[in-house]
Amino acid sequence: MSSVVGVLALQGAFLAHQQSLTKLGIASQEVRTPSDLEMVTALVMPGGESTTMSHLLATSGLFAAIDSRIKAGMPVFGTCAGMILLARGVLDGRSDQTSFGAIDIDVRRNAYGRQVDSFETDIAVDGLTDDFHAVFIRAPQIVRCGPEVTVLAKYRDDVVLARQGSVMVASFHPELTDDTRIHSLFTGLLQEV
Amino acid sequence: MGRQGWLGTLDAMTTSKSSSALGQMKVNRGLAEMLKGGVIMDVVNPEQAKIAEDAGATAVMALERVPADIRRDGGVARMSDPEMIEGIQAAVTIPVMAKARIGHFVEAQILQALGVDFIDESEVLTPADETHHIDKFAFKAPFVCGATNLGEALRRISEGAALIRSKGEAGTGNVVEAVRHLRNILGDIRRITQADSAELFDWAKKLGAPLPLVQEIAETGKLQVPLFCAGGIATPADAALAMQLGAEAVFVGSGIFKSDDPSPRAKAIVQATAHFRDADVLAKVSRNLGAPMTGIGMDQINERYAERGW
Repeated sequence: MSSVVGVLALQGAFLAHQQSLTKLGIASQEVRTPSDLEMVTALVMPGGESTTMSHLLATSGLFAAIDSRIKAGMPVFGTCAGMILLARGVLDGRSDQTSFGAIDIDVRRNAYGRQVDSFETDIAVDGLTDDFHAVFIRAPQIVRCGPEVTVLAKYRDDVVLARQGSVMVASFHPELTDDTRIHSLFTGLLQEV
Repeated sequence: MGRQGWLGTLDAMTTSKSSSALGQMKVNRGLAEMLKGGVIMDVVNPEQAKIAEDAGATAVMALERVPADIRRDGGVARMSDPEMIEGIQAAVTIPVMAKARIGHFVEAQILQALGVDFIDESEVLTPADETHHIDKFAFKAPFVCGATNLGEALRRISEGAALIRSKGEAGTGNVVEAVRHLRNILGDIRRITQADSAELFDWAKKLGAPLPLVQEIAETGKLQVPLFCAGGIATPADAALAMQLGAEAVFVGSGIFKSDDPSPRAKAIVQATAHFRDADVLAKVSRNLGAPMTGIGMDQINERYAERGW
């Protein structure tokens, strides 16, 4: 089966992720239902509002379907809200907010402030020769990393790109720039598993 | 052309904007990107804001009166009381938007100082300036502006708007004007992609829009910033209609909290916006929602808000 990367398309910046994947010559598909999920070999969870996505994951039946695919080893990449959905612990979230607990990190929502505090900066990324221009939008902060988690990039003292097995997370938005190197790091995981 | 190409276009159009203003623009347009596929709901108090967040809204618009009440009450409609906006900011974790009058850059300065996540320079409020819109490049906070046609949309983008919405006709519960505006904007975009290079000069003239932005649309086939729908959405089917026509998210003003039972209607509109192409989902979520807002026909209103803005 040729590999198709799914992009969770319930809400948020899914189109931008698809554009990044297209630039890399990788076929992608929107995932809105459990049957969409069956067509894909990996999944990107985009930025957006994690509270909204959490709702829609439950009502669409996708939460259980994605949960079992992650447990079966499907590579998954979450950016911003997508990272919140994949984290083990969520601080300052809503009590009814569910997450997959797929990577052993705790995150704090909106930790960097409101939109007027959103920013962009160049960061050094493990495995990339040149810095990556990272865009942070009402970004969540990783406040704890478990021992199994590999740190791939930091901004000041904060981990902003991390990986555990086939799960990768970023608190910034690689899909909002024309630079596809972070997406390449993720699609590289498809060959490993 | 890259996805940030339009920033370069704006940069080339004028020398008055600092590079930090353009950098902020990228971050602000990014927030608009995050709101895609979602529903932004008008709320007038923290309780409504919580209902909206519980229902899955991606953001709330904090205002003192929903458009239907502004229409009923008449008089001058202004920016909301900062205390009321702060009460809503404290009640929810999702982005909070608020409205400033067209051209009222001091109201916008106040909203920015409050840390409002998106400022709506809105025709629903009484305009403060009948010639000029706000110079939105002078702000850090992002702006959303209404448009009835492509020329208006491009003028707002050239002033620094990070997001465009159809104006529709707010407070009517009647989707007809929003449909007209989306078809105007998206139809002209489709026509421009068929135009030859000489015709683009005429398009720029006809639209009253900067030529470089028109040329860019001819190349990319889309607006430089996301396009959302607003004005008259009252049902899940209305939201899905706007999305199928090409809107990338919806604002719902009076439609939720002027209906009989706001919470289920809000949830249903969130579902309909996410699954806008799936008629089975739409049929399921449209059931048993109680009465929608009554709504009014265009021949029954004496003032068209959509005509405000220049």
